[in-house]
Amino acid sequence: MKYILLMSGTKAGVEGYHAWSKQDIDAHMAVLHRINKELADSGEFVATQGLADPTETRIVRGEKNGLPVTDGIFPESKEFLLGYWIVDVANAERAYAIAGRISAAPGPGGSPTNMPIEVRRFAIREPQSH
Amino acid sequence: MKYILMMNTMKAGQGVPAWAKKDLQAHIAFMLGLNKELHEQGELVSAEGLSFPDQAKLVRAGKDGLPTTDGVFPESKEFLAGFWIIDVESPGRAYEIAAKVSGAPGPGGAPLNMPIEVRPIMSGPPAEML
Amino acid sequence: MIKKLDGASEHLLRELAPQVLGAVSRRFRDFASAEDAVQEAMIAASTQWPLQGVPENPRGWLIQVACRRMTDHMRSEIARRERETAVAAEAESLSPTLQIEADMDPDDTLILLFMCCHPALTPSSAIALTLRAVGGLTTAEIANAFLVPEATTAQRISRAKQTIKASAVPFRLPSAHERTERLPTVLHVLYLIFSEGYASSIGAHLQRLDLAREAIRLTRNMKALLPDNPEIAGLLALMLLTDARRAARTGPDEELIPLDRQDRTLWDRAEISEGIELLTGALSQASVGLYQLQAAIAAVHDEAERVEDTDWPQILALYELLKRAAPSPMVTLNHAIAAAMVHGPAKGLELLRALDSEPRIASHYRLDAVRAHLFEKMGDHEAAMQHYRIAAARTTSMPERNYLMTQAARLAGD
Repeated sequence: MKYILLMSGTKAGVEGYHAWSKQDIDAHMAVLHRINKELADSGEFVATQGLADPTETRIVRGEKNGLPVTDGIFPESKEFLLGYWIVDVANAERAYAIAGRISAAPGPGGSPTNMPIEVRRFAIREPQSH
Repeated sequence: MKYILMMNTMKAGQGVPAWAKKDLQAHIAFMLGLNKELHEQGELVSAEGLSFPDQAKLVRAGKDGLPTTDGVFPESKEFLAGFWIIDVESPGRAYEIAAKVSGAPGPGGAPLNMPIEVRPIMSGPPAEML
Repeated sequence: MIKKLDGASEHLLRELAPQVLGAVSRRFRDFASAEDAVQEAMIAASTQWPLQGVPENPRGWLIQVACRRMTDHMRSEIARRERETAVAAEAESLSPTLQIEADMDPDDTLILLFMCCHPALTPSSAIALTLRAVGGLTTAEIANAFLVPEATTAQRISRAKQTIKASAVPFRLPSAHERTERLPTVLHVLYLIFSEGYASSIGAHLQRLDLAREAIRLTRNMKALLPDNPEIAGLLALMLLTDARRAARTGPDEELIPLDRQDRTLWDRAEISEGIELLTGALSQASVGLYQLQAAIAAVHDEAERVEDTDWPQILALYELLKRAAPSPMVTLNHAIAAAMVHGPAKGLELLRALDSEPRIASHYRLDAVRAHLFEKMGDHEAAMQHYRIAAARTTSMPERNYLMTQAARLAGD
């Protein structure tokens, strides 16, 4: 069963992260890397991606005169996607356990960031045979 | 260059759209046709739909290594309904594809002009992520 | 331009794979390493045979290459450990491939099937390992079929082999008693491969491997080795009777077409005949297993040339048997549909109410989908639409979601 695990944040949150000590950032990344390696070892890894700063984001709403209508303004308080993991697991509980570990990755001073991780199941492209 | 196109169009408690049959069929055919076209042009890396928000879960690290899981989200939250990962020659082409997706037909055959979020992503996860 | 193997050679390669693996595993008494070595030999074949032609003794060729890989591996192991061992002596005096071929046992494929469908493995691991070791598919082909990265599939297979190695199961046919115990797991894995493959029949442009065909091939091979086993015959019959409908199952826009609306002229009558013949043979034996029961139900559907000719009382009777033999929410659902066809939709709805108290099924999309169908038959379009839409929001399958939304829209009228 494929799940996507979504980590989101606000501009303020990201700025806060950039203000962590190098030590804290390294510790945080080390835990995420370890999780990724464990997922590869367990055969559950499908994909992971960290997303760029939202200044590169565009929202496209249809087209006008043959050109896409784009908007690059991101409200301060709006949550945006920071990154995701795609995993292929035996059941939902396993997906939640992985999400829990991501959420437990350490923040400043070593305590868990406790970031909420949204867990969504993929809609599969095939019908179920019955 | 790789981009992720995100369709954040689902709201909590919302069910499937109650459109007329021919409008529904036109919409489905449009999306299938678009994916096929992108695939044939070698621009489609992946296209995935997600299950509905009532199955979404939010996971936090919790205390003592026990993650907490709940389905409580802000009422105004726009859930990710699906995403495309595309590999294209230029940002312009990415916005063009997003505009097409956005303009998918809805009720009465009119373009929906859904907001499609376009974010650049790296060509693959950084080596140390694996 | 890389030359690729033609279809016939590819098929030959897959057929030979388990035979080669059996021979090499037996010779070196190391299934896990042998499996890697055979994989390498297969890859060598698919690159070299298109250029040099298929060798006169393709199996011997594969055994030879696999053995070379094994000894290379062992020599580097020895060099690493810097010790002379009995293994080193053996490696030096390796018998020529003729000897190995002569030691081959026709039961090797069966041994491999039991080994790969080890009860300690998760279904997805057993499936991946079986497809590679017994099916002769490449890691890339398997990964593509299940839409996961190749590295993930390779890792699953590697871990599966480690589990098997740790269990120290010897390379021999399990005893008759063990076979009886282990057979359900093997059949279950084969059935899962088929289901996955059958479900993937749409989206041909995605060029995914025909897993359903692979499952049928493997089950056929198993049946050839255990010809008197009625459950294997039953499983093969079920696969053929289901696969026979494949062409009619999806429309031109990849939309799902349910059984009662399929163009039956598109059904493969040859597969249906074969399925029925197999089933007749299997049912003539004393015990009636689950696959035979399911195959019997499929046979009743497939025998009806027009949907209105469907013998629903017989299907109902078979579901009643299935309900007693292997009760499950899905069986209850299907039984309710059959009861509705025989006794009317109200009866079906009544039977479904029993499922509301079962947590496993109460929020499952199929319950709402079947309710919707029955409400429609009763003429209650409002309730039908409502349940179609609930089901659409609950299913995790996109084609199902599209189908269910379309049914609701159809009832809304326009």
